[in-house]
Amino acid sequence: MPEIKVTPLGAGQDVGRSCILVSIGGKNIMLDCGMHMGYNDDRRFPDFSYITQNGRLTEFLDCVIISHFHLDHCGALPYMSEMVGYDGPIYMTHPTKAICPILLEDFRKITVDKKGETNFFTSQMIKDCMKKVIPLNLHQTVQVDDELEIKAYYAGHVLGAAMVHIKVGSESVVYTGDYNMTPDRHLGAAWIDKCRPDILISESTYATTIRDSKRCRERDFLKKVHETIERGGKVLIPVFALGRAQELCILLETFWERMNLKAPIYFSTGLTEKANHYYKLFITWTNQKIRKTFVQRNMFEFKHIKAFDRSYADNPGPMVVFATPGMLHAGQSLQIFKKWAGNEKNMVIMPGYCVQGTIGHKILNGQRKLEMEGRATLDVKLQVEYMSFSAHADAKGIMQLIRMAEPRNMLLVHGEAAKMEFLKGKIEQEFNINCYMPANGETETVTTNPSVPVDISLNLLKREMALGGPLPDTKKPRTMHGTLIMKENSLRLVSPEQALKELGLNEHQLRFTCRVQLQDPHSDSDTLHRIYTHLKSVLKGYTIQHLPDSTVMVESIVIKLSSSAEDPNTKVLLLSWSYQVIDLSYSQLLLNIRKKLTCSR
Amino acid sequence: YKLMMNYCLSGHPTLPCNVLKFKSTTIMLDCGLDTTSVLNFLPLPLVHSPRLSKLPGWVSKDGTVNLEKELKECAGRVFVDSQPEFCLPEKELLDLSTIDVILISNYHCMMALPYITEHTGFTGTVYATEPTLQIGRLLMEELVNFMERVPKAQSATCWKNKEIQRMLPGPLKDAVEVWTWKRCYSMQEVNSALSKVQLVGYSQKVELFGAVQVSPLSSGYSLGSSNWIIQSHHEKVAYVSGSSLLTTHPQPMDQSSLKNSDVLILTGLTQMPTANPDGMLGDFCSNLAMTIRAGGNVLVPCYSSGVIYDLLECLYQFIESASLGTTPFYFISPVANSSLEFSQIFAEWLCHNKQSKVYLPEPPFPHAELIQTNKLKHYPSIHGDFSSEFRQPCVVFTGHPSLRFGDVVHFMELWGKSSLNTIIFTEPDFSYLDALAPYQPLAMKCVYCPIDTRLNFHQVSKLLKEVQPLHVVCPEQYTQPPPSQSHRSDLMLELQPPPMPYRRCSVLSLPFRRRYERIHLLPELANSLVPSEIKPGISVATVSAVLHSKDNKHTLQSVPKPPPVPPTKKRKRVIEEPPEVLAPKPLLSGAVPLEAFLATLHKHGITEVKVEETADGHILHLQAEDTLIQLEEDGTHIVCDNNEPLRTTLRDLVLRFLQKL
Repeated sequence: MPEIKVTPLGAGQDVGRSCILVSIGGKNIMLDCGMHMGYNDDRRFPDFSYITQNGRLTEFLDCVIISHFHLDHCGALPYMSEMVGYDGPIYMTHPTKAICPILLEDFRKITVDKKGETNFFTSQMIKDCMKKVIPLNLHQTVQVDDELEIKAYYAGHVLGAAMVHIKVGSESVVYTGDYNMTPDRHLGAAWIDKCRPDILISESTYATTIRDSKRCRERDFLKKVHETIERGGKVLIPVFALGRAQELCILLETFWERMNLKAPIYFSTGLTEKANHYYKLFITWTNQKIRKTFVQRNMFEFKHIKAFDRSYADNPGPMVVFATPGMLHAGQSLQIFKKWAGNEKNMVIMPGYCVQGTIGHKILNGQRKLEMEGRATLDVKLQVEYMSFSAHADAKGIMQLIRMAEPRNMLLVHGEAAKMEFLKGKIEQEFNINCYMPANGETETVTTNPSVPVDISLNLLKREMALGGPLPDTKKPRTMHGTLIMKENSLRLVSPEQALKELGLNEHQLRFTCRVQLQDPHSDSDTLHRIYTHLKSVLKGYTIQHLPDSTVMVESIVIKLSSSAEDPNTKVLLLSWSYQVIDLSYSQLLLNIRKKLTCSR
Repeated sequence: YKLMMNYCLSGHPTLPCNVLKFKSTTIMLDCGLDTTSVLNFLPLPLVHSPRLSKLPGWVSKDGTVNLEKELKECAGRVFVDSQPEFCLPEKELLDLSTIDVILISNYHCMMALPYITEHTGFTGTVYATEPTLQIGRLLMEELVNFMERVPKAQSATCWKNKEIQRMLPGPLKDAVEVWTWKRCYSMQEVNSALSKVQLVGYSQKVELFGAVQVSPLSSGYSLGSSNWIIQSHHEKVAYVSGSSLLTTHPQPMDQSSLKNSDVLILTGLTQMPTANPDGMLGDFCSNLAMTIRAGGNVLVPCYSSGVIYDLLECLYQFIESASLGTTPFYFISPVANSSLEFSQIFAEWLCHNKQSKVYLPEPPFPHAELIQTNKLKHYPSIHGDFSSEFRQPCVVFTGHPSLRFGDVVHFMELWGKSSLNTIIFTEPDFSYLDALAPYQPLAMKCVYCPIDTRLNFHQVSKLLKEVQPLHVVCPEQYTQPPPSQSHRSDLMLELQPPPMPYRRCSVLSLPFRRRYERIHLLPELANSLVPSEIKPGISVATVSAVLHSKDNKHTLQSVPKPPPVPPTKKRKRVIEEPPEVLAPKPLLSGAVPLEAFLATLHKHGITEVKVEETADGHILHLQAEDTLIQLEEDGTHIVCDNNEPLRTTLRDLVLRFLQKL
């Protein structure tokens, strides 16, 4: 039985360093190649030694697919391709290809330049890695090789995020990456067609959350920002340069405009303008509304939001600052946080998920004293707010996607084990399909049951359709007979006659003849005629012929009669039929003749 | 042979409209609008023109026909004085409401869409790429805007009367299909037509009713332009529309996917087979620079998308070296801004060089920089800001290239009288002499640099050699040299077998060798098959199964076991229908070898066998059993009296030596 194997090297019952290996139809595919932001040691990257202990990965992988530009999905890519070694194709969408190297470089700088780590990938490695990338367009069917094809679907989540359908023969897997099922201020909702994959591998970040309506959350966010500004406090919003940041900027920009607010809004690091430029050039990846109006008003040109300078952090008075990175684990957002943490008038709003080990994660868990480098401690007095703005599908959204794609099996990754367990139960109950949630390094094997595509000769098909009609009668199914010819890689179903002809074979006739003696005083021809009329009256629905050469044919069974000259009353009945006769059996026929005439051996 | 029909609704080779009937689907390929008909109409001036408003009406020489309201004499020719009309694809050849889908190959080939999808009962889907849809919308919007800005109440119809048309001077006299000519559609009709478009990406496989799969391929001609593959598992039709092998801005043409088609429908070759686009571009620049240096203005009548992007890019590189840095360039069209903006957001659809620019991130086309540095300015029309900001000498890009409507009419009136000015024709769709006819006499210099990047005959014959279609279908124009160059046998298609030509209203039956259909064996059935090797590398298995056909998809499943019958009835049934009756029997092949067969009989306790040789084989007398077995090369005959168990045994022994099919 064919089977599909799925092994997460990362993101198995965890969020971070997403990396999932799929073996399908003899092909091996790596889905995402992310890093874990909660770790600084080996656990930061997926354990590629699982694939091979020594040497390069090229011969073990048919392709690598990156779902989107977040580092927990692409952060280990240069390490994998340049340091471990992989020269095969890497697929990602155009926006991901554009933005991914920038974030990787950003990440590299923080790690190497600020933390002084060595043995890390270099700028050149990022460039070399990106040269191996083949851009993917939405809905385009990409033939990786003769058998393996992939197709990308829109996933929402961030600019350029994609879900991917992987197909070999009639087996297939869908990997969602991260996705959201509700359109937001700048992105559309994920969509997939009814592709009925054998396995749907879905993220499950918000497996237990049913988020309240988007409008309420936005109002809440604006209210909190507004109140802090009103009392003269400063608001820090740690974000990643691309993604959530643009959505919140659009939100604040329109609010400032409407409320005529004067407090400054800043966006840290030089990435901002560049980031917005990406949004402008890839506007076709944003939502309907932005795309429709972009000629008149480009939503990514902000009037109220200005570039941030480090010195501004000490300015008196209220302000709102968007700073990177989003989990307060390094860089500018952390610096500003340290400055503002001591003042209870200030507020930090965490608009997304924070992985374990980051300061973001600690303060969200209510920790008010933080140990910093060099034994210093930091008292957290400012208000900490969490707003679930991450564009992930919630439980409802995940169920919605299952309904769209109609998978045969479900496999959860990118979530916490306990929450996955809950969702798994719900999925198995509602859809009556198996749901798996392997941990890292654990392999889940799903046997598939693919139907076998075959080429049927049009003559045979047409004949069958003409006889049986398009839908079989369930009470009396018509059986169709054919011969399947297997030659090299081709499977052809033809009529047995055609098969003989094509294969240059002679038909071998197998016939049976049976002699039966009977007594009848009539002449030979009369006896035969009596047999004929009798059979005609009892065997309704059969073709019965009385041929001029003194034979009676019942379907293809031949009946002949002879008698010897010395005893004309003793007749010998000859029944002859071929092996293929199936409509009527010889014994059945004889039974009927016996009823009429007395037979003896 | 299974026939596939092709209905040809347009005779214009570059503005095609074909309908394919293939496996119970009806597919329209493009719906081009032939706008050359507008050359027979008077220009629509944006500003009151004393010259055009005082033209004499036309009366036949003998005075019997008076059409002075409808026809005007201008510059020695007769023109229709009404809103310009377009020549539509043929609507009578087949019922348009039966069309299932329309496949669009590029934005120039979809301009008749509202005439097809609106008011015809059309309920199907239109497939196009996103750039094709967006730019197509802009071009339609522009066309509607040009017409609605200069409303003309009058609709001229009398001249179309066959009797009258015959008496008119040329070229009106020779105009064909005049009764099918229609006025421009409305914006409402455009919106309704375009709402039926479903977007597709290159190499996307779209299933139609389970029977046919269609897929667009990059054709290299314009943003989002595509050729189409229409195929089932065993038949493949390639539809080649405007395609280009030159490196301009679009993604390169996908040639390899066209390979091995049964039929290739070839349309949209270059209209300028003898003009080299690069040379034309050079001429364009030098004439432009010459005129500006001499203090004159340059008018470039053009479409709002397409070659204009290449012209602007060429000028971007040329401006500094030709010291044209201070010359203003104007692009005037109701959709100028949108066209320039849209061109920058379709990175996926651009050539590699331009694509990599957005990774920086920089706009893919340099006209962004021309706009930023104020060298290129765009205006929706000559009214408003343009009239106050306009400086001369300058270069103006504006439409429509027919010179019959749009802002270009104003510039013709304004600049036509000065020999300092130059008009440079770059679009190949209209004869420039006909376009200029109502403006004669002109003092303005005219330069003709038609840039048509579509395939030429040399390129196409190379392509066809490469992709090897079994049959080629093309407009009849491609099967003979152009009338003006009848000696140029290199300007036609010469193929073996010769292409099947079509003209407007042709209905072609395309030869199709269709012998197989895809069917799926359900896993249970597939696992139950018992293959046996017949020859080295060839195995066969007999298949007995139930056929299911739904939505043009066929599956075979195992024969269901008969439902258990209640015990009371069972006995009766067994007598009436012994189970043997239902079992299917395969065809047999091979021969029964005598010695081996005798050995087998022996093993089964049949020892008294008398073998008799005959002409064709042997006869075996099973003496104890009083039975004969006749063994021949291609047949076995068992003659056995009423002894069912023996017969069954003998049958099974014979079958051991035979192959079953």
